[in-house]
Amino acid sequence: MSLEPKIKIDLKEIFKDLDKYTPRRKGWTWRKHVDNLKMHKFTFKDMSEPLKNSIPLPAAKYFENIDPQPDCVITTEIASGRFEDDIRRMRMAAWHGADHIMVIRTMGQSHMDGLLEGTPEGIGGVPITRKQLRATRKALDLIEDEVGRPINFHSYVSGVAGPEVAVLFAEEGVNGAHQDPQYNILYRNINMKRSIVDAAVAKRIMAYGEIFQIDGAHNANATAREAWAVMPELMVQHAINCSFSEKCGIKKENIGLSTVPPTAPPIPKMYYDLPYAVALREFFSDYKFRAQQNTRYMEADTDEATITHVIDTLISKMTSADIQSTITPDEGRNVPWHYNNIKGLNTAKQTFVALDGLMEMIELKKDGPLREKIRELKERAVLFMEEIAQIGYFEAVKKGMFVDSAEYPERHNDGIARDPEGGVGVNTICERDIDYIAPVSEQFGYNNPEWKTIYEKIGRDTFHNRSKIQFIDELDQVDTSENRMQKLLEDRKNNVSSPEVEWHGDGTVLVTLFFPEEQAVAEACAIQMALSMNLKDPEVVNSAVIHPCEGTYVEIKGKTDIKIDKSKLVLPEKDKTLSEDEIRAYVKENGLKVVAATVGEDEHSVGLREILDIKHGGIEKFGVKYLYLGTSCPIEKLVDSAIEFGAQAILMSTIISHNDIHYRMQKRLHEICVEKGVRDKFLLIGGGTQVKNDLSKESGIDRGFGRGSKGINVASWIVQTLRSK
Amino acid sequence: MSEFEKRRQHLKNMSEEDLKKYFWELCDKATQPLVDFAAKHTSPSIERSVLLRMGFNSLEAKEIVIKINEAGLLGKGAGNVIYKLSEKMNISCYKAGKWIITEENPDLKGIF
Repeated sequence: MSLEPKIKIDLKEIFKDLDKYTPRRKGWTWRKHVDNLKMHKFTFKDMSEPLKNSIPLPAAKYFENIDPQPDCVITTEIASGRFEDDIRRMRMAAWHGADHIMVIRTMGQSHMDGLLEGTPEGIGGVPITRKQLRATRKALDLIEDEVGRPINFHSYVSGVAGPEVAVLFAEEGVNGAHQDPQYNILYRNINMKRSIVDAAVAKRIMAYGEIFQIDGAHNANATAREAWAVMPELMVQHAINCSFSEKCGIKKENIGLSTVPPTAPPIPKMYYDLPYAVALREFFSDYKFRAQQNTRYMEADTDEATITHVIDTLISKMTSADIQSTITPDEGRNVPWHYNNIKGLNTAKQTFVALDGLMEMIELKKDGPLREKIRELKERAVLFMEEIAQIGYFEAVKKGMFVDSAEYPERHNDGIARDPEGGVGVNTICERDIDYIAPVSEQFGYNNPEWKTIYEKIGRDTFHNRSKIQFIDELDQVDTSENRMQKLLEDRKNNVSSPEVEWHGDGTVLVTLFFPEEQAVAEACAIQMALSMNLKDPEVVNSAVIHPCEGTYVEIKGKTDIKIDKSKLVLPEKDKTLSEDEIRAYVKENGLKVVAATVGEDEHSVGLREILDIKHGGIEKFGVKYLYLGTSCPIEKLVDSAIEFGAQAILMSTIISHNDIHYRMQKRLHEICVEKGVRDKFLLIGGGTQVKNDLSKESGIDRGFGRGSKGINVASWIVQTLRSK
Repeated sequence: MSEFEKRRQHLKNMSEEDLKKYFWELCDKATQPLVDFAAKHTSPSIERSVLLRMGFNSLEAKEIVIKINEAGLLGKGAGNVIYKLSEKMNISCYKAGKWIITEENPDLKGIF
């Protein structure tokens, strides 16, 4: 099975024979850097091997659609609760450059003592199960083949089932995972002793699975009221997890720090975030960096989020990032929507491509406030670590040393304190006896030497004898992916389509409105507007005051149950473009002359020159003779010149479209030709960024060419029309 | 003098390199007790992870570990209990695990 760019992914096929699925590899894959990558007319310094299939940035159309891919791995998080729908989003994301796909777990899974099975629907995430992992990994195998670059699949090894989840991930070829006992302890209130004991075993298994590990330190940024104050502590948290992980067997190159520039404008972001980023990279030079984008101060305004994320990415560029994670710009207002994953990915890609080669031209200063602040952060971190080394980690957590909103050693005493004898899973650990045996490989900690003999005797374990793995399909026969998918399969069969943002046919739409009213009135107006548009459950997801009384910008979401019957759609006909040789041959044999001008009071000339000039690939290239009359040309003059020049076609350009002036001009051209009795002598062609073919025809001319048209489209149409006459 | 100024006196003349080295030495001191603690202990999740690796599924592993824990034998290792039981009953490990699940009050203490 393989994917075809124009054929939708066959979800039924994905779910077939999952009991027999074996992952094709284990471990993490980095992008392959290319020195001085040449694409179009440019040489890139910090880019990796290009993709086989991808969707480039919008402006790429001016540059042969090149799609340079940054050196670092780029992450997107996809977990809508229905992973069968997420698979389609993963495919879209991969086409936009994602090669690290993170799946957040369903709410509460970290407190579940044991593994989940089957494919129940999740809340705010996906229930991570063997079946879900296999189906997703199988789909990602196809998707990575389609785009031509390995995709890293990632989830979480934490909570009170860490060791089991780690076994599952190692068996199912999961490539990356969050694992940090401090996250359990501080944010999930899982008993600290249990967390540490479990984490050691989980980490050892992750080491075997070559699973790239990301820590959870950045959560302090997201939790602390003044996120920048916890910077020294974050360095400590990173260090504890790095050191602990290494001691459990994970190689340095598979240990990543999850780090976020902690601030956002209107704070002078760079002044805080840059020293911190450098300090981290100097102290942790042996480890990898997963640079996350800021979420702490991001709410409903997607533009604000995007701009902050660009700055975050700039910091990655000026320091380093092995993995650049992206945050969808809508994360502050809802569970991310399909296209917002893409927007987040493009933010990172566009920024990195724009900044390519930057560090060959600039460097960070070696003195002054940057170095002073770096030094201060490091010293504060050292002091923090001194205290922990002295009193012990458990005692430090008990004291509430972590996530205190003051910058260490100053204290506000508002940190998160946890009792070593409290929390979820308290009193569940026990000491290993002298004859403790775990007859399996990759077991961390004390294991009576007799284990090896038993291990061999019982036929080894699932890591070395895959046939031992049991596959459970479903426990609940109703709440399954296959059942939920029926609606999609039915709609595909009936050839109908409806809008969606998360799940197939969810019918969610977003309407952008501006009301010349104060905020509260504008929001109420927007709700009424949505109801009048027959949208159900309308909800204002964002509103911004443009002026206290003159106006408010409102974004409102609602639901529709409209299904569009695709068989009844009339799609605009696509021109068949002749080959260059065919056009050239016709012109050589029959000759072809045109006159062209920008008409009315319009001084724009770039678009028309591109259609005409040989150096822009214009119609001159095919041997067409043209007479160009410049800008602001009266229509009468254009027609007279065409008669005099003996042209077969008149090319009229209009950029200004205010009050439909472009169509009125087209109509005028047609009328003057009729008045002069020459209408049948000329093909009348209108062009311009706002021009639509059907409306041009209604105006009386023969053809309209809009945004994106090229000389070859115009020449091809003229030749085909003249040939058929 | 701020708290920071007071406390940093012994650090302020250290080179960048020495400061980094000192940071990691302290970190090593902070994490070693955690590693030692972990090496000596086990948990229900760890024992379930052992059973998964031995070829039990998640439902089986869960029930078996509950019963072994109730018998106070977690410290012997769940895999160990099953193995000893299989030897004693002369059946496969998998069957021994299943036996623990189906038996209402399996006598496990007797095997050690």
